[in-house]
Amino acid sequence: MTEAVLRLIGVTQQYGTGATAVSALSGVDLEVCRGELVAVMGPSGSGKSTLLSISGGLAIPTTGEVVVEGSYLSEQSPKQLAQLRRRSLGFVFQDFNLIPTLTAMENVTLPLELDGFRSRAARRAGRDALASVGLEGKADSYPDDLSGGQQQRVAIARAVVGGRRLILADEPTGALDSVTGELVLKMLRARVDAGAAGILVTHEARHAAFADRIVFLRDGRIVDESRRAGAETLLAGSR
Amino acid sequence: MSVRQSLLAILDQGPCYGYQLRTEFDRRTGSTWPLNVGQIYNTLDRLERDGLVEKGDVDEHGHVYWQITDAGAAEVQDWLSSPVERGQGTRDELAVKLAVAATLPGVDVSDIIQTQRRASLAQLQVLNRAKYAGASPDGPEELAWSLVVDSMIFAAEAEVRWLDHSEQRLALHPDRAMALELSTEKPKRGRPAKESPVEAPR
Repeated sequence: MTEAVLRLIGVTQQYGTGATAVSALSGVDLEVCRGELVAVMGPSGSGKSTLLSISGGLAIPTTGEVVVEGSYLSEQSPKQLAQLRRRSLGFVFQDFNLIPTLTAMENVTLPLELDGFRSRAARRAGRDALASVGLEGKADSYPDDLSGGQQQRVAIARAVVGGRRLILADEPTGALDSVTGELVLKMLRARVDAGAAGILVTHEARHAAFADRIVFLRDGRIVDESRRAGAETLLAGSR
Repeated sequence: MSVRQSLLAILDQGPCYGYQLRTEFDRRTGSTWPLNVGQIYNTLDRLERDGLVEKGDVDEHGHVYWQITDAGAAEVQDWLSSPVERGQGTRDELAVKLAVAATLPGVDVSDIIQTQRRASLAQLQVLNRAKYAGASPDGPEELAWSLVVDSMIFAAEAEVRWLDHSEQRLALHPDRAMALELSTEKPKRGRPAKESPVEAPR
């Protein structure tokens, strides 16, 4: 495996203090490398979303370190952290979170424009990102004119635009029918295969199967981990 | 058995010879359940005995074309319009294993669940890869194949969900298992004695 894009080292997240303290995460170690998609599963309240927020620098762990592309998030100023989020990280949410008054292209290029890209360069990157999810013809459409699956593909394009290398997806298929959901996961898988690293939080095993590794959280701890099997022998009688 | 009805449904599309039927079955099911030619001829013999097919023309290569009868066509319609009856009371090896394990003092059922879930997820990953390995996912044969793979994927997913559910239920139980010591009551052989009439609830 190549270099780690994301490393969580002994990450603990505690809410409250003293007797009423609740640990959302307890001593979590996790590494996600380039070209690797890791699914995170676990029951409600197991810490899945907290893990994603901490990985994306949206929350600061009580103890432990988060390292994104070699940068320790604890050593970053708020300004540097915001810049890192704009340049290195892409989020994909269950409800797409596109801005309704912006076109697909504008939604995709927004993080680049905020980061000071020239319009032309941003549009070029946006066009590539939209093409990578098969939506080159929808650049000028507004979110309301797109189907749910298309909106989520725009969200994936936004997450990978401009060479972002870490995609954090929180139940990205939750609002989609099962066939469209699979299509979106195929796109996510393809972006990871093209060189990104990804974390996919899901409660559906069928969707976790798109990942290279599946980790289970329970009460804030990784209790189990399943790796993609090398052998095809499990599928008896297949071609 | 669905092989018999499947072959009959294929013959409903037009006469076929034995080997051709095998090929037609395979391409419609993604070669998931390969049939040997012997099975095909045995099935055809039984279908003929039951008056559902009959021998028709023979071509220059000596292939005997089997054709469906009216009774056979009616059976195809009946098959397509009826639900498949799942066997009742079939022992599910995993369900029995978990149920027994959960009652054994000193056995950690969550280990058993995790081991099984790892295996089920590994299988899901293999199935998922197999599903998307096809060249043209939109072709009719690829679609038929992916429907079969989907059925395996959804079955594996159901197993994982059931394992998750069982794990959570056990976690909520104070002892994480319902330890049953060996009962001191010695069961008697034979039919249980007739019970006295149950009092009507007041």
